Formats: sequence, structure tokens, C-alpha cells
Amino acid sequence: MANIITDETIDYVGILAKLELSNKEKEQAKKDMGSMLDYIDKLNELDVTGVEPMSHIFPIDNVFREDIVANGNNRDKIISNAPESKDGQFKVPKTVD
Amino acid sequence: MDLMSLTAVELGKKIRNKEVTVVEAVNAAFNQIEKVEDNINSYVNVIDKEVVLKKAETIQKRIDNGTLAGPLAGVPVAIKDNMCTEGTLTTCSSKILNNFIPTYTATAVKNLEEAGAVIIGKTNMDEFAMGSTTETSAFGETKNPWNVEHVPGGSSGGSCTAVSAEECSYALGSDTGGSIRQPSSFCGVTGIKPTYGTVSRYGLVAYGSSLDQIGPIAKDVTDCAVILEAIAGYDEKDSTSIKRENYDFTSALTEDVKGLKIGIPKDYFGEGLNKEVKERVLEAAKVLEDKGAVVEEFDLGLVEYAIPAYYVIASAEASSNLERFDGVKFGYRTKDYEGLHNMYKKSRSEGFGSEVKRRIMLGSFVLSSGYYDAYYLRALKTKALIKKTFEKAFERFDMILGPTAPTTAPKIGHSLTDPIKMYLGDIYTISVNLAGLPAISIPCGVDSKGLPIGLQLIGDCFKEKNIIRAAYTYEQTREYRRPELVKKGAK
Repeated sequence: MANIITDETIDYVGILAKLELSNKEKEQAKKDMGSMLDYIDKLNELDVTGVEPMSHIFPIDNVFREDIVANGNNRDKIISNAPESKDGQFKVPKTVD
Repeated sequence: MDLMSLTAVELGKKIRNKEVTVVEAVNAAFNQIEKVEDNINSYVNVIDKEVVLKKAETIQKRIDNGTLAGPLAGVPVAIKDNMCTEGTLTTCSSKILNNFIPTYTATAVKNLEEAGAVIIGKTNMDEFAMGSTTETSAFGETKNPWNVEHVPGGSSGGSCTAVSAEECSYALGSDTGGSIRQPSSFCGVTGIKPTYGTVSRYGLVAYGSSLDQIGPIAKDVTDCAVILEAIAGYDEKDSTSIKRENYDFTSALTEDVKGLKIGIPKDYFGEGLNKEVKERVLEAAKVLEDKGAVVEEFDLGLVEYAIPAYYVIASAEASSNLERFDGVKFGYRTKDYEGLHNMYKKSRSEGFGSEVKRRIMLGSFVLSSGYYDAYYLRALKTKALIKKTFEKAFERFDMILGPTAPTTAPKIGHSLTDPIKMYLGDIYTISVNLAGLPAISIPCGVDSKGLPIGLQLIGDCFKEKNIIRAAYTYEQTREYRRPELVKKGAK
């Protein structure tokens, strides 16, 4: 069964992935996704009734720690990587009106 | 004496015995880099020589006063560029991190520093570890030292070539679907992916969090066992880190495989496997059999479902892990944008390469509402079934033997046009990550073009010692082969 990826789907995926594709890239992406999903459809051959989805190999449950600050104040170090900063804060486009 | 032709352990011994100084070792590494790096491109970033020499002097002092006495003290190492190194550029070979300087060091790397390692530089890789040839790097391809028209494999290509071309004594790589083992196989070196949870992932830039592991790449099994001992350990900063019962991997460096039960999956030796690779690998199995191992063929099962399951799971996890690269707090931010969402989209679209974008899109799709069950959950169920096939195998066998890759290194430029064909090259390595098992790749010969072939041994969870023992035993029957480029001292 060939998976035909529509423009709508690619646009939707672009929103989810926060990616902006050119028209040429979109065409290629439709083709690539289509063939990858065709290949992935192979998994439908397997009978998975009663099988629990296995995310983690070992039965390690929620790993907690005490809610206390254990690392120091690294603000200046961290801000040094900021694309834009001001007064020790990250500068970003307006997010709230 | 050619210091860079020694193994890490041999060099460490000479340093401890005062035959060689740390500064001499570091100079030897830099000399080799000068000779071959233009041809190979192992490194994204070679640290400033003066800085490294200064570090070397500090380490020498600590060796002299006895505070550093381990086997790796003073030995030059290269680190794959997806592990954070405080104060040193860490790019994951991506444009989106081309100016990123971490404020902390990955635990595995920290462990090496505490053992007295001297970091020479950060090695080239496929962008964000997504790839099998190191061709998706934003900073140029890395060439295979055995034949520079061929790829080194990936994604830890630079780490493997740095070891093979003797630009460092050993390296760290990371393995999500074969990224340590496959390039080790293509470059004629040894690499181990440990049991999931053995080495802390804190500071490793995440690709597939349920699959990633850091591991050693070196000239031989002894080096890898020593390095693994140095970097492994429980780390409370990694919530998937496991407290193991013991970490004495070097105790397995014995020549003894009597009675060891080795299984060879018939489904690994079908169509698609190169004839010469098959011959060398089966010869290696015979060597182990002659030494007393019990070798038997068997049906592993579900082999052809590992790749699609992996690509769903890895892409899904990657799409989530790479959301943090948005141009806000670090990394590349686009120059012109209108508003927040436009800034996100443009920064990411301009900063990521096409393979990364491809996997992020696939991952976002399979996790999206309406498709989650059909793709992602189904892949996780497949993962559970694949794990069961290995559990069944390990009831009968102590380890599984097979090729690391179905071919030797392909030519540069021949892999990226057909992604699915490239993905199929991961067939022997990928299920190991899905099942969280330890595996080692060791050289077992070359093909008629002179390109290295890798033998893979897969152990049950926490059974690194079994595969180390068998690999070490096999290794004693052959000489380490150096590529011509290194023997000649090319420039």
C-alpha cells in the first residue's frame, strides 16, 4: 500500500516540527516520507496482540531526588551562550500582547 | 619510537615508567594530526596546542607526585563532538550548534579527565548522530584512512578515523543504532557499545534516549576494556543510569573460550551480505571453535523488522529531543524574523541539515494524534518482541556472532541518495540497541580492495565480560593492521 503524503500532511508536520520547508524541499519531503512510511508498513506483518509496548528495557520506574537546589548559580556562564541577551536575561521576540 | 602506533595502555605504561613524558605524547599526537588531518578530517575542532600542552604539564606533575596512577594517565584522547566539554566548542557537527560552548562536561568525559586523560579535540560525526557515513556533518566529510575515496562509516566516523590514523591514542564514540561498531568495522579498529545504562548519558547530546550509549574506540580489546572501566559507573544525574554489580571488565582479558557457546544466526547470512565479509566472519568463528568454543547455527527471528522499528522509535525520540534547538537560549538564531514562531521555524530550518529534518518530520508524524498507535506503539511492541528473540537466544548461547555490517565501507557520495538503502546497512547493529545489549566489533580481515571487515559479538545484558573474553582470545591470533596512509606517514 503506497503512502501518499499530501501537502496538508507536510504542512501539519511542519507545524509540529517547527520547520519551514521551501516548495522544492516540500516535494522531496513528501516523497521521502511516503517511501519511509511504506517501508515502516512492514511492521504490520507482525502479530502484536497481547504484547505490551516496551519503552524502557529495564524495569526502572520514576527516579526521584529531593527538591533542593544542588548546583550553583551559573547564570553568567549560561547567558554567555545566548544569541541575544540583556541585563542577564535572554532576549526574545514579544510573546505576550 | 612512533608513540602514536602504540595502544593507549602501552603508551600509558611508558608514561608511568617515565620512559615518555605526557608532553612528548601530546606532541606526537599533534605531529600526526599535522601529517594526515588535511586528508582525513577526523576533527571538528582540535584544541589549541598551547592549551593542551599546558594541561599535559599539569597532568605530568600529578603523575610525578603519585596522585594520578591509572593506566590512562597522560594518554591523548579524542572525544566525539556530541559530548559536552566545558569551555570547548561542542557542535554535534551541526550548524545549529556551531557556536555552542557548554557550561559543563559530560560525566563519561569527566571520568576520563579524572583518570588523567588529555583531550586533543572533538571529532567529526554525522549531524546529531543521524547517519551511517559521517557525510551528513555540516563541517565536511571525514575520509576513511584505508582509502580516502571511501567513507569511514558513522555516526562516530571521526572518532574511528582519529584512532585508525593515529591522531589520538583512543577515542570516545556514541552508539544509537551501530554508530560505534559500524565505523569501527569500516576503519579496522575495535569499539564497544556497553549494556544500556552502563555509561552515564549526562552531557551526551541526546538523539534516541532509550537507545544511546557512550563507548570506547581503540586499537584493541585491552584498550577498550580499560577505557570502559574508566567511564562506566552509576550517575544520579542520568535517570536511566544503572547501578551494576561490578565494573571489572579487564578481568575478562583472558585467552580462554573453552566451552563458550556461540550462536550464529542463519538470518544474518542471507541475501545482502557481501561474500568476502561472510567468508572472513565465518573464518573467525572457526578460529574460536578451534580454540574450544562450541559454535552452532540458529534462527534468531524478526531480523527484518528491527530496522523499521528502530527508525520509528529513534526518529520519534529525536523529534522530541531536538525540540530544544530553537534559537532562544543557545545555538544558532536566524538573523531576520517576524515574531517568535517565525524565529523558531527559520532558526531550525536554517540550522538543521536535511537528514536531521527528515527524521524530525518522520518522528513528529509517528507521534501525532491519530498515528501514534499505528506507528509508535506498534514499533514499541515490535521492540518487545525483538527483545524476546534475544532472550530466547541467550537461553542457549553465551553470545551471538556475526558480521558488524553487510559490506565494507562504501565510496563517498554513494549513500545519501537512497536513505532506505543506507538504513539497511544497519541490519546487524540496530537490534542490539533495541534490546539494550552489549556488543563489540573487532577487525577480522580485509576485502580484496583492502578495506577492513568487522566481526561483531553480542552478549546478554550485563555480560560484557563474555564478549570481551571471546574478542580478546580471537584477537591474540592476529596482528593489528595499520592503514598504508599511516605506515607511510603521508602529507
